[in-house]
Amino acid sequence: MNVLAYLIPVSLLLGGLGLAAFVFTLKSRQYDDPEGDSRRILNDVWDTRPRPDDVRTDRPSDN
Amino acid sequence: MTLAEQSSAMGCPGCVAAPAPSQDTRLCDATLALSLPTIHCQACIATVEQALEKYPGVLHARVNLTRKQAMIDAAGDVTAAELAAVVRAAGFDAWELDPDALQETRTGNLGRDLLMRMAVAGFAAMNVMLLSVAVWSGATDATRGLFHWISAAITLPALAFSAQPFFRNAWSALRARRLNMDVPISLAIALAVATSLWETSLSGKHAYFDAALTLTFFLLAGRWLEARARSAARSAAEELTALEVPRAWKVIADEPTEVPVSELRAGDAVLVRPGSRAPVDGVVIRGTSEVDRSALTGETLPEMRRTGDAVSAGEVNLTGPLVLKATAVGTDTSLHRLAALVAVAESGRSRYTSLADKAATLYAPGVHILAALSFFGWLLWAGDMRVAANIAAAVLIITCPCALGLAVPAVTTAASGRLFGRGLLIKNATALERLAQVDTVVFDKTGTLTEGNPQLTNWHDLTADQQAMAAMLAQGSAHPLSQAVASAAREAGLEVPLADVREVPGYGTELVQGGEVMRLGRPDWLGADARGDQLAAAFQAGSQKPVVLTFSDSLRPGAEALVQQLVTMGKEVILLSGDRAAAVRSIAGRLGISRWEAAVLPDQKADFVQKLQEDGRNVLMVGDGLNDTAALASAHVSISPAQALDAARAASDIVLLGRDLTPVGEALATAMCATKRIRENFRIATVYNIVAVPLAVAGLATPLIAALAMSLSSLTVSANALRISGKSR
Repeated sequence: MNVLAYLIPVSLLLGGLGLAAFVFTLKSRQYDDPEGDSRRILNDVWDTRPRPDDVRTDRPSDN
Repeated sequence: MTLAEQSSAMGCPGCVAAPAPSQDTRLCDATLALSLPTIHCQACIATVEQALEKYPGVLHARVNLTRKQAMIDAAGDVTAAELAAVVRAAGFDAWELDPDALQETRTGNLGRDLLMRMAVAGFAAMNVMLLSVAVWSGATDATRGLFHWISAAITLPALAFSAQPFFRNAWSALRARRLNMDVPISLAIALAVATSLWETSLSGKHAYFDAALTLTFFLLAGRWLEARARSAARSAAEELTALEVPRAWKVIADEPTEVPVSELRAGDAVLVRPGSRAPVDGVVIRGTSEVDRSALTGETLPEMRRTGDAVSAGEVNLTGPLVLKATAVGTDTSLHRLAALVAVAESGRSRYTSLADKAATLYAPGVHILAALSFFGWLLWAGDMRVAANIAAAVLIITCPCALGLAVPAVTTAASGRLFGRGLLIKNATALERLAQVDTVVFDKTGTLTEGNPQLTNWHDLTADQQAMAAMLAQGSAHPLSQAVASAAREAGLEVPLADVREVPGYGTELVQGGEVMRLGRPDWLGADARGDQLAAAFQAGSQKPVVLTFSDSLRPGAEALVQQLVTMGKEVILLSGDRAAAVRSIAGRLGISRWEAAVLPDQKADFVQKLQEDGRNVLMVGDGLNDTAALASAHVSISPAQALDAARAASDIVLLGRDLTPVGEALATAMCATKRIRENFRIATVYNIVAVPLAVAGLATPLIAALAMSLSSLTVSANALRISGKSR
């Protein structure tokens, strides 16, 4: 039964971690546009840097 | 030269040019917002964002598909109207929104707050459930005691945070000496926790901590669904309302100055530019123009205004600038008298009790009586306070309206989500239920069944030369009839050169070419004979005989299909318009509406609808003008298009975002389907209560049975609700 002494705090900690993660996603507005976010993955357009062409122009400057 | 140098040299012109605008934008950065009712997929998002970001001055654009909005960071000199035009050119409907109203709407915050409470309840419930499973599977004595104490330590703070909305609502209801759904909920939660604590301190067998948390979780889920379904609709409706920023041009020492409408006083001189709406009632002291009264009366034919004529607030000035001397401002204007009519109609509207409220009025007292009876029954029978309190708590938990709390919001969320996808905003919680009962549909004509902009009907009566001339003249004016001529020319593929066209306010446009004067304008200006009371203009080249151009209002897309659909659904369709009989008759004929009335005044419209209501009909009113607002408010349920005036939108339950009318028919079908599902859900919840309550009263319900029964009924009800959206695909 001693194992309970570890397992109960561990389970509470894990639950707390899950809750903290959820609170973080909620605060960072990740649920504001669920519909749009789920569809943006199908988008061809790059909306985060670096764009592929940025990468290419960067490379020669390394030489 | 290395590539690096080259690229930096190439970058230079950009660098030189870049700092200046970016400094500008930092100084006067503006966030603009657009409403995009017709976007629906990733391709739409990409097209709109690219179109916006290509526009000079736009720094960043982001589309929110859930709310069907775009937020744009742009330089200070970019206006929302310009961007709306850009998006329209890309092929999507777009309306500008007031960014101030967008700065975090209250409804959005409410949704997030509920979600946070739900998360806390959910995570706490999971942990407590973990401990409870151990107890149910046979933990005894000290272990059970320990587990119950840990559960209590998690449950108390979690509930203190997440069940707050219920406690608050219940408290305010009790203070007002009423009973609502939240009273039995709060009582169940409080009693469950109290008896469980008592049991735990006596190292008893049954504790209901998990039930109290799961209950809170499911009920919060219901509340959150409700809030989310309406937050999208409500925020969009709020923003549309906030759109008409009330500003006016006051003439001070011959200089027009922009002031808020509320600062205008009777006697002020007010400039009304072509294309804008008169903010006050007044008399014309300078200028000649034509005004569009369609918002006030539904009449499509513009009227002439000269010096000394009266202009009412809400009329749109069409051709030349007008300076008015204000005779009535603010609440004294004719516009506000119409709004007062709405208030009267609304107070007279029978207050509809939603199905959920009806259920609650039966349910709340019933539950309390049942719990009290089982408490005293067991107290008398067993003579043990502890047993009696335990059983009363079990009864309250079992009967607690988990399923009832989800029964309505789950269905309305599914239904309004589906309708929002089709471009309908449900503003009112009970609108769907009321829509399902509709048997009579009353339409307004101008701006509702028709586009509200006229179309040229006899373009081919003109010779090719005349067509080119007329098109050139038409370019010089914003008058709707000129615009109609110009668009007819565009459709015919005419290339129209720019010309030095002079606008004669109130009459038309003229142009001198080759020593001859060409004119396009009012038939009486050119001495032409306008046939009857039709919408008409005339065109004259030099000394030739003037040609009369006739116009008709074009139907909104989907109007014919909608009327057809309503008739096959067995609804009576009535057309009620403030316009002249000829115009109304022709539209009614084209749509196959047999019952119509023309030249109806605003209060007559309201009376007409009220009379139908008194005859026991459930009327759906569809209208857009100020003259419809009273009728919209007195109808059983009402719909107005997004282009309608804010008063009309405010008075209606549902706002139609797109131009197409077909979603209205779909809304009726969905509403009927939704009401059926709601009733089914109530039946499911009742059956579950009939099975589970006797167990609880008999003292046979263990926490395990309570947890199982509660989850099972909640899941059944939610699954049943989802059938609405499932069917549509």
